[in-house]
Amino acid sequence: MVSAYTDVLIFFLVGAAFVALNLTIGRLFRPHNPYPEKLTPYECGEIPVGEGQAPFNIRYYIFALLFVVFDVEVVFLFPWAVVLRELGMYAFVLMVIFLFMLVDGLVYAWKKGVLRWV
Amino acid sequence: MNWVVLVAAALALVSAVTVVRARIPVHSVLALVLNLISLAALFIALDAEFMGLVQVIVYAGAVMVMFLFVVSLLGARREAIEREMSLLPGQEGLGALAALLLLAALLLAVLRQAYPAPAALFAGFGTVRAFGAALFYEHVLVLQFAALLLMVAVVGVVVLIARRDQGR
Amino acid sequence: MDTVGLVLARSLILAVALASLFAGMTVIERKMLGYFHLRLGPTRTGPWGLLQPVADGIKAIVKEDIIPRDADRLVFRLAPIISVFTALAAWAVIPVGPPVNIGGLTIPLGVADPPGGVLVAVAFAALSVYGVTLAGWASQSKYSLLGSLRASAQLISYELAMGLSLLGVLMLAGSLRLTEIVAAQERLPFILLQPLGFVIYFLAALAESARVPFDLPEAETELVSGYSTEYSGMRFAMFMMAEYIHMITASSLVTLLYLGGWNGPVFLPPVVWFLVKLGFLLFVFIWLRATMVRLRYDRLMDLGWKVLLPLAILNLVATAVITVFVA
Repeated sequence: MVSAYTDVLIFFLVGAAFVALNLTIGRLFRPHNPYPEKLTPYECGEIPVGEGQAPFNIRYYIFALLFVVFDVEVVFLFPWAVVLRELGMYAFVLMVIFLFMLVDGLVYAWKKGVLRWV
Repeated sequence: MNWVVLVAAALALVSAVTVVRARIPVHSVLALVLNLISLAALFIALDAEFMGLVQVIVYAGAVMVMFLFVVSLLGARREAIEREMSLLPGQEGLGALAALLLLAALLLAVLRQAYPAPAALFAGFGTVRAFGAALFYEHVLVLQFAALLLMVAVVGVVVLIARRDQGR
Repeated sequence: MDTVGLVLARSLILAVALASLFAGMTVIERKMLGYFHLRLGPTRTGPWGLLQPVADGIKAIVKEDIIPRDADRLVFRLAPIISVFTALAAWAVIPVGPPVNIGGLTIPLGVADPPGGVLVAVAFAALSVYGVTLAGWASQSKYSLLGSLRASAQLISYELAMGLSLLGVLMLAGSLRLTEIVAAQERLPFILLQPLGFVIYFLAALAESARVPFDLPEAETELVSGYSTEYSGMRFAMFMMAEYIHMITASSLVTLLYLGGWNGPVFLPPVVWFLVKLGFLLFVFIWLRATMVRLRYDRLMDLGWKVLLPLAILNLVATAVITVFVA
């Protein structure tokens, strides 16, 4: 098994070299002529207003929180899906209980309006 | 011990130090992601394939994304955090002492443990199949408690938001 | 036995093939969109405009590389690298055909085939969030930030539906190894057994590669170019490359997981079957771009969390019931 991942690692190194080559090759050809106006953030030709780092809608954060919880649940389902055929009824019942709690949480969040955007 | 383990271990150490030393919060988050990926590489090198991949999916792919959101949400600017801000008196000395004690405890634990030879592992050790069997035969109760815990987490998220909405 | 040299050779061939496919896709997409719109697309660069990618490549290389004043220089440089690498990395476990025999050597047509293959692809799909999020944050520009926020929330939302629909396939195959998943479809491709799962997975794959109708992270009519607004030259081209490779990776995974991989009804070399299915899916990607309008953001999130996620759970339970009680 480890040997398969050694192969994976070799591919990663080739991929990294490929990306590095792409990004460095231009160094030989491209001009370099920065001046203050060119380096301002793009705002359709206007002079930028305020900071580029505006605080953002808390909704994004909420969905990130919910995602973490459900992602952990999905990870538990991977081993289950693979062994379900062999373990049969036993694993099925266990997972129905597990899934019930997952769906429960989702329904609760839904009914409380947490999944509503805006 | 092969060279992959050594490189991954070195990366894990360097990135862990960077997490603490970096002055820009987003750099710390990135270093922590690198740290978690190095740990995943170590898991895989130790034949714990599923653990390694889950490490990447859950920690690097989900938890750290949330960290990145939090760091940006708090309005972390590019400017470095000044170090005088949160230094308690004697914090550095006590921290070093605690680190040394932890190191000693870990070394003691590592040296006293007798490790099984690699050959003693059963065929298919660490694969998702072996993980599934262990999960359903040996750790059933833990599995269900994990589900309960996650449901509590969802309720926590909902409660946090419901309170925010009432205030409006 | 696989030697390091052979693995290296396969990795290099794969990298070159993917880069060529990316270059080819850009011109094919522009030609096809042209015909969809009753115009010709690129015509001036070479016969039928076929040398357009070469012209684009030269332009990307010789353009000045601008890093905005307020940008975080380290993260700004890192973001396009992360984007391309995470799109590319899944190819370490994607096979394009059964092993072939050349001069007594059995050579697998893929770099590696670890027992947890699918999870490697899932892991790198999960990591692809960083490329766009960091690009937007590091640019310190309003358009970039808005684009990257939309992108990250969109990617994580559809990742859940994607993972859950994938479980149906894993249940039928009883394995995470991609060659075994394809082998399990020798008689019937899983699209016939998992039609709902296929639709969910395909829509999620579309959203994960941020293509129309899920292209809100770029949304050129409102956000200029979204997270890549401040990028120029080769770094900008890297984001384009990431998008196209992501599209190719996603189509290949759909082919392997649902369309039976290299299995086909009539006699053709297996690799040809794989490429035909891959080509068809890529055509669908472009076809959708010419046909669909962009979703509104609240509807996009609703589709992910209130439609695809419950449907994926339903599909999962239904598949489990059939697996345990019928089969």
